[in-house]
Amino acid sequence: MEGLNIPLNHILLIASLLFVIGMLGLMIRRNIIFILMSLEVMLNSAALAFVAAGAHWGQPDGQIVFMLILSIAAAEVAVGLSLVLQVRRRFRSLDMDSLDWMRG
Amino acid sequence: MLEIILFYVAATVALVSTILAMTRANAIHALIYLIVSLLAVAVIFYLIGAPFVAALEIVIYAGAIMVLFVFVIMMLNLGAKGDAREKTWMRPSVWVGPALLTIVLFAELLYVISSAEGPVSTGVVGAKQVGLSLFGPYVLAVEIASMLLLAGLVGSFHLGRRYLDRAPSSELGHQQEGE
Repeated sequence: MEGLNIPLNHILLIASLLFVIGMLGLMIRRNIIFILMSLEVMLNSAALAFVAAGAHWGQPDGQIVFMLILSIAAAEVAVGLSLVLQVRRRFRSLDMDSLDWMRG
Repeated sequence: MLEIILFYVAATVALVSTILAMTRANAIHALIYLIVSLLAVAVIFYLIGAPFVAALEIVIYAGAIMVLFVFVIMMLNLGAKGDAREKTWMRPSVWVGPALLTIVLFAELLYVISSAEGPVSTGVVGAKQVGLSLFGPYVLAVEIASMLLLAGLVGSFHLGRRYLDRAPSSELGHQQEGE
């Protein structure tokens, strides 16, 4: 690994591109499963930025934040997918627009 | 030099597979592209000197979380009819506006990032260093993460249990009639 000189700019560029792609997916898709996938992409790109910054300074803190993001993503996906099952059962659809009324 | 070429190849693979994942109509196809994207990000982690995080990315992200997605998509049992409906939801008029907005956001990010200087350091931050720091100054964060995971467990059990209870008697019959 000696002599590795990837510019920090470029890793942050990749992370922000992934974040923007995830956000675009979040806005244009109406299927709940794709919305959850977009959230995963966005969380993953944020984690990439953290790890790159940690490697830039040679500190382990970025990797610890990565693990926290990982546990947040796991909990979010577990709850989100069980909500998907509920939505499918009640509305017979995965379209987010079928949930645009809020009656308890 | 070789590592830098590997980095750019992995970054290209990650970007292309993420874009393809966001534009598929079939959920399983999108999921496979997403797994490729996560594996490419794991290669980037390895190249910038974080091998432990690269292993975690493969085991937990590309392994556990994506398998959860596959299970749920299989439980939902979407077919060719689902693909056709997805295509009608993705007309160009739907995605042009959001694409412009995110391009503006990306230009802003690009402007901010261009001020960051210097290469990523050459050293490897290994698992031992991470573990010492995780259970030293960050032990409170570990406790908070454990409580978060417990809340996720209880919440998903509560939401999913009712689906499993009621599905065999009433819901499955309706679904088969409907489809």
